[in-house]
Amino acid sequence: MLYRESGDFSSTYAEDSQTFPIKFDRYRYYFVLFVAIFVIPFMINDYWVNSLFLPFLIYAIAAIGLNILVGYCGQVSLGTGGFMAVGAYACYKLMTSFPDVSMLVHVLLSGLITAAVGVLFGLPSLRIKGFYLAVATLAAQFFLVWLFNRVPWFYNYSASGQISAPERTFLGINITGANTQAWATYLFCLMFVIFSAYVARNLTRGSVGRKWMAIRDMDIAAEIIGVNPLRAKLTAFAVSSFFIGISGALFFSIYLGAVEVGEVFGIQKSFLVLFMIIIGGLGSIFGSFAGAAFLVLLPVVLKIVGVDWLGWPTDIVAHLQLVIVGGLIIVFLIAEPHGLAQLWRVAKEKLRLWPFPH
Amino acid sequence: MKDQADGYVTADGRQIGPVVMEMKNITLRFGGVEAIKDISLDIREGEIRAIIGPNGAGKSSMLNVISGFYVPQDGEVWYKGARRAAMKPFQVAEQGIARTFQNIALFEGMTVLDNVMTGRLTHMETGLFWQSLWKGKAEREETANREVAEKIIDFLEIQAIRKTPVSRLSYGLKKRVELARALAAEPSILLLDEPMAGMNVEEKEDMSRFILDVNDEFGTTIVLIEHDMGVVMDLSDRVVVMDYGKKIGDGSPHDVRNNQDVIDAYLGVAHDD
Repeated sequence: MLYRESGDFSSTYAEDSQTFPIKFDRYRYYFVLFVAIFVIPFMINDYWVNSLFLPFLIYAIAAIGLNILVGYCGQVSLGTGGFMAVGAYACYKLMTSFPDVSMLVHVLLSGLITAAVGVLFGLPSLRIKGFYLAVATLAAQFFLVWLFNRVPWFYNYSASGQISAPERTFLGINITGANTQAWATYLFCLMFVIFSAYVARNLTRGSVGRKWMAIRDMDIAAEIIGVNPLRAKLTAFAVSSFFIGISGALFFSIYLGAVEVGEVFGIQKSFLVLFMIIIGGLGSIFGSFAGAAFLVLLPVVLKIVGVDWLGWPTDIVAHLQLVIVGGLIIVFLIAEPHGLAQLWRVAKEKLRLWPFPH
Repeated sequence: MKDQADGYVTADGRQIGPVVMEMKNITLRFGGVEAIKDISLDIREGEIRAIIGPNGAGKSSMLNVISGFYVPQDGEVWYKGARRAAMKPFQVAEQGIARTFQNIALFEGMTVLDNVMTGRLTHMETGLFWQSLWKGKAEREETANREVAEKIIDFLEIQAIRKTPVSRLSYGLKKRVELARALAAEPSILLLDEPMAGMNVEEKEDMSRFILDVNDEFGTTIVLIEHDMGVVMDLSDRVVVMDYGKKIGDGSPHDVRNNQDVIDAYLGVAHDD
């Protein structure tokens, strides 16, 4: 009954093109935002933040970034881990070189640096598509990890070859290093998530987004109606890498605190984020959130159910998780290529007509 | 009548302007195959110009040369009084030439409205930064262009499906949406590659009416390829006939119909061995 568009009339084009045209949807969205900002920070402790909220928020940013490139612009990329590493190492170099500057600036600059690197590795996309492009981005993945492993300048010549985040502040509050508060790190990441989702939504609903989708759906027709393919693809690589760079910077500085590049930002990370957007939904901002939430929640839920309730050995549960994710990827690719977001959309469409579907 | 450089008035009272595009001695080769052999033709402002010919005659290749998709090995393209340098298709689009495709080339993942709005892309120039903020410049531009797009949607009577994903539409509607997308660009020349292929009589009548209305209302110059002779003879002001990459006839529908070469090409002719 609540989910209705009857009585909701748009009298301007601006009203008609807003993100949540249905009133109920809009209020639900404001409610979620309110809870996320004003309720959750007061309820969480270190365990919840570190096992659930931080990975969810940070992966959501990475998923939004990759979704722009793969879901909206149709350019398959397997270099996500490498680009996250660029963000992390850029952030590390900035943090150690300019200790007095706010973390906000460091993270945003890391995003911009990653965007530049992304454009560089996006250049082959003009000539190659599909599988071949995926292999080219795979090269980027391995090259970047190799680079950060082999050039000591990137990890400040530390003996272990690792990078670890020194204590840095935002608005005078410690958010990196050993002495942090759960709510502070949570809110700092949430801020970037809201920013990323807002920017991604605005870009994808306007002319830039249409250029990307035109390239994705039929590049020849796109060029005929006036889309410059090189520029459209490179902006997609830039914007996508910008978000992925931000998520890499946060992943290193806020979430982990210390990083060994091959272990954290290896090819598994690229696949993990790719799985998120496949399960969540290609070409959907909501899908990026849904996919990130799903793949972050799955191990936690499995651990609670398997280890705590049923008393299974930990390694069996860990292997079971791989089996479930693998199975789900296949199921989604066959049954619902548009992922959880499409299921959500279908549910909403049904709800709109409920209880009189005919 | 057709020798007047500034144009002429048709029998039904439409004003046809001077030559807007001229193809001079175009030759297009694919390896050893000559798709177009030394063809010259002109297109006048405001007219409906048909290109006909049997399959494989080089009609679509000609359209692809006009829209910048192929670059001819020989010959010149003159547009609005200046010689056009070899350019990319998106640059041709920016000059005001829009087209539809023989096999529908819509963006299947987008709604009808978004498809039509892609036609406005050459008119939208807000940068990435302002678009990421949306409020202000980007929203104003979006609204202004949406108004134009809605006018086209209204004109082609597809209001009811504007929020429907294109992949759910029927063939006839897809053709109409593709026309809408091309029209949304407000082109000075509109190229239609077989706009009525695969349609039934009713849909053909609808499409013919839309083509005439577009020409009448917006004064758009239209170049069309079509196999249905009845439609071509009724719609077009002048007809070019191609066969095996050569031009075998050019003139009013009446002239072309009585041209012996054309009759031979279509009906076949006995060769004396």
